[in-house]
Amino acid sequence: MKLIFGETSNKLGKAYKDIIGFLRFFRGNKRALFGLFLTLLFILMAVIGPYVVHLDLTTRYSERFQPPSIKHILGTDFVGRDIFAQIVHGARDVIAVAFLAALFAVAIGVVMGGFAGFVSGWVDMVLTRIIDVLLVIPSFPIMMVFAASFRVRDPISISFILAIWMWAGLARAIRAQILSLKEREFIEAAQLLGLGSRHIVLKELIPNLMSYIIVNFVRTARGALTASVGLMFLGIIPYSPTNWGVMMNLALFQTGSIYVPRGLFYTLSPMLCIILFQYGLLCVASALEEVFNPRLRAYE
Amino acid sequence: MMTSITKRLLVSFVTIFLALSITFFLTRKMPGDIFYTMALDKMRTEGIPFDVAYERVMAIYGMASGEPLYKQYFAYLGNTIRGRLGTSIYYHISVNKIIAKAIPWTVFVCSISIFLGFIIGSALGTVIAWKRKTILDPLASAYASITDATPSYIIATILLVIFAVNLKWFPIKGAYSVDVTPGFNLPFIWNALYHATLPILAYTIPGIGGWILTMKASAISVLGEDYVSAAKARGLKERRIAISYVGRNAILAPFTSLAIVFGSMLGGATLIESVFAYPGMGFFFGKAIGLRDYPLMQGLFLLTIGGVILATLLADFLYAAIDPRVRKGG
Repeated sequence: MKLIFGETSNKLGKAYKDIIGFLRFFRGNKRALFGLFLTLLFILMAVIGPYVVHLDLTTRYSERFQPPSIKHILGTDFVGRDIFAQIVHGARDVIAVAFLAALFAVAIGVVMGGFAGFVSGWVDMVLTRIIDVLLVIPSFPIMMVFAASFRVRDPISISFILAIWMWAGLARAIRAQILSLKEREFIEAAQLLGLGSRHIVLKELIPNLMSYIIVNFVRTARGALTASVGLMFLGIIPYSPTNWGVMMNLALFQTGSIYVPRGLFYTLSPMLCIILFQYGLLCVASALEEVFNPRLRAYE
Repeated sequence: MMTSITKRLLVSFVTIFLALSITFFLTRKMPGDIFYTMALDKMRTEGIPFDVAYERVMAIYGMASGEPLYKQYFAYLGNTIRGRLGTSIYYHISVNKIIAKAIPWTVFVCSISIFLGFIIGSALGTVIAWKRKTILDPLASAYASITDATPSYIIATILLVIFAVNLKWFPIKGAYSVDVTPGFNLPFIWNALYHATLPILAYTIPGIGGWILTMKASAISVLGEDYVSAAKARGLKERRIAISYVGRNAILAPFTSLAIVFGSMLGGATLIESVFAYPGMGFFFGKAIGLRDYPLMQGLFLLTIGGVILATLLADFLYAAIDPRVRKGG
């Protein structure tokens, strides 16, 4: 009992130290802190926002294209609906797709890459060929074709369609890393000790790849965000009226809001949100990379 | 080297084949609603029964419904290999013609953008690597991360809103005005460049940031080489060392990725060309998908994939040709 307890507290202590190191790094790095702040702000907006801000989609032509005021923080759109409420409600959808797609892609990538690297033999050969082919297919055009063919309507299916074309790069990298880890002494030791594959994969390999996986999760989320909003922007999957990409599509292609000087707030609001959220994720990703890979820091 | 080339070619071939098959079955799986309305149309205009009209419509687009799917598939593959991409449902002309008209515009804009981005980016990258600790370095880093964070279609939309809609410096859409005759004459070329300015900027603005970072990293690693120290010791002029010794060697690595960047431009062209309604391949691709024009969609998809694959292959060859280590290693 004492032994088990000691081990857990040790682990807790290590996790605590990790977190403290993390926070210390973020505190010392203004750019990373800013990125973290932006990312959390948008996530908070997506999670809590819709409960706080009321979305009213009734059209009031007399109130169209109003400038920002206390009643409408970002003004109103082409039929007099509050822009801020649309942005807040759209955030949930945009961020859900980005994170779900990244989650799916990373999961598929880790499983496939891990399988290929760990099992080797013909399994590895087949998976590597599949990865090779997937890496050559340009992802955005095939995402367009898929999204148009399946007529997706919900965040989970669109995330899945994005993820199918986003895991290959990660899988290749994971495979390479596992192949190199397999040569290292501690894996050989584990094998000699007769610890099963399950133990080696879950307790030895995955923890060593965790930092890499986390960084790639943020990167994939960025890619998925750009791609999903792009698909919405082109009007291929217009399933939610408040999605930022759909708002951009309406502003540019459907309602001509960009030609109205007073429509500028409607055109710019979703774009600014995407840029800020993307910038936040970018800063977090590079900060995480620096935390996990101190050599990058030393270079600067 | 030989085996790696055969392997690459094989993968490319399999990829194109798979992509063709996937799009074929995807479009066949779908409810043929567009053919249904067309058949209704034909029934009314030609006064024939609906069944006959439907059969004819399907026959026109090479989708004879009576035949089993595998026969249709082989017929489609055969036609594609012979270079027949079918007839566009919306435009009523052959897909080959549409693509032949669209390709030059896309290649025109993409190649100028790459050229500009590469020249400006690598020049700045070399300068930054050469003269560290100037204000230029943090400025360039900030520029690179902000343009990296902004999706290219947002850059395109912002350019459109500012320079075309509000300032009216550039046209809002199209590739040239109606009052010039297409051909090799100065007014037309000038007009085409004028129309292409904003699309080119939309590609170049984010491109420069990437080139700066690649070139900076490459130049810094070259700066550590012995021959650079030797050149300094020999007392050569700074300018000469920067250009002939550092620049020329550092540019090799970024140079090989030119082709890859071209490929990714082709892949993302739909968004930028749609923003400017610029009649290149990407614009028609977006249109085809929006209109569910399957023959056009498949044709453009094939061409885009082919272009990207060709670019990747070219990148590999360039890399092998420039870097002897790759040549020997295979």
